[in-house]
Amino acid sequence: MLDKNGIAKRIAREVKDGMYVNLGIGIPTLVANYIPEGVNVVLQSENGILGMGPFPYEGEEDADLINAGKQTVTLLKGSSIFDSAMSFGMIRAQKVHLTILGAMEVSETGDIANWKIPGKMVKGMGGAMDLVASAKNIIVAMQHVNKAGESKLLPKCDLPLTGIRCVKKIVTELAVLDVLPEGGFRLVERAPGVTVEQIKAATAGKLIVEGDVPEMVI
Amino acid sequence: MINKVVANADEALKGIEDGMTIMVGGFGLCGIPENSISALIKKGTKNLTCISNNAGVDDFGLGLLLQTKQIKKMISSYVGENAEFERQMLSGELEVDLVPQGTLATRCMMAGYGIPFFPTPAGVGTEVAIGKQVINWKGRDYLMEEAFEAEFAIVKAWKGDSAGNLIFRSTARNFNQPMSMGGKITVAEVEELVPLGELVPDQIHTPGIYIHRIFQGSNYEKRIEQRTVRPKK
Repeated sequence: MLDKNGIAKRIAREVKDGMYVNLGIGIPTLVANYIPEGVNVVLQSENGILGMGPFPYEGEEDADLINAGKQTVTLLKGSSIFDSAMSFGMIRAQKVHLTILGAMEVSETGDIANWKIPGKMVKGMGGAMDLVASAKNIIVAMQHVNKAGESKLLPKCDLPLTGIRCVKKIVTELAVLDVLPEGGFRLVERAPGVTVEQIKAATAGKLIVEGDVPEMVI
Repeated sequence: MINKVVANADEALKGIEDGMTIMVGGFGLCGIPENSISALIKKGTKNLTCISNNAGVDDFGLGLLLQTKQIKKMISSYVGENAEFERQMLSGELEVDLVPQGTLATRCMMAGYGIPFFPTPAGVGTEVAIGKQVINWKGRDYLMEEAFEAEFAIVKAWKGDSAGNLIFRSTARNFNQPMSMGGKITVAEVEELVPLGELVPDQIHTPGIYIHRIFQGSNYEKRIEQRTVRPKK
């Protein structure tokens, strides 16, 4: 089974040289720590940065320089700053190749819910609806089951949707799964020490298991 | 040159009345027009509809206007940082219209580009689409979203001149730039009001034609919402 850093590390392998990537809040942010040396990627932060760098050293924080999670950050050499309308312009125009974000639920047709629990929690969608509606490749990083032990990989989402038919891949503490265009979660890899049966038990949606499923190497 | 300079925030906000719709720049607490927000509290204008990406935190930014119950409705994309906001929303005191962030920014910008509608894929198939026209273009569905109409837009810039030209600093540009083009009357408060000729024309982010009133701000707190650092090596 993977911890949060393990999930991030596995997702980092999906990040290829030359990509512009938007990382959501939470586990996706950790992916930046595991991008292999020699793989040149540019991180986009939707409040208006291309070429976002690490957190500043203590005492060097700048209130005018934050990321989409409102955290103080730095800029790498060659970075650029732009306004919010242009930021989502480049997202809508599919210049950003890969979006990695968290989710509360994903359906077997690739629908995603991550912004609202009716009557309980309404934080808003932020940029998530724009990102999932436009990104060519969307990877979800999340736990396989929720705190109540219920599967988050469902035939159909129960919570209000963020976007439809958009998620391409899911990485959880148990597995890597592709969301097939015709519907269904295809099991690609098992997390270390996790059996196919465990993954089956934690997946409420249609799970497709073809042949021997390899254990992931991270 | 036409002189847009006014003495202070009180003068800049003349004409804002109860029930008006205003855009307020910033992302989180980054780049918010602190002086104008304070002046609005002093002025006591009520029943405002605020278009702003966020609603501040409990004791800073637009959170202050929520505490004084001056806001009737918020149009935002993310409001997760504010407990008073959540309380007012769940109790029904505050109307809230949640809009995808890119749609929100673009609807501000469109007001300054003279574009009444734009089609976007953001929100297709979600509850954001309820009541909106959906058009299918080359096999793909889009929601028709309209430009905002705000009586006032209030933004904060780094530098500005008396002609109203603005330059923003770092990620404090965020919503300030699209909103600076979007108000029927646009007010800009700046950290540095510089003499005409000092700003390089090629480097201006918002040309002065969009700005109606500009003033030198003071006492910027520039509060950091999530101070994240790494230890010095």
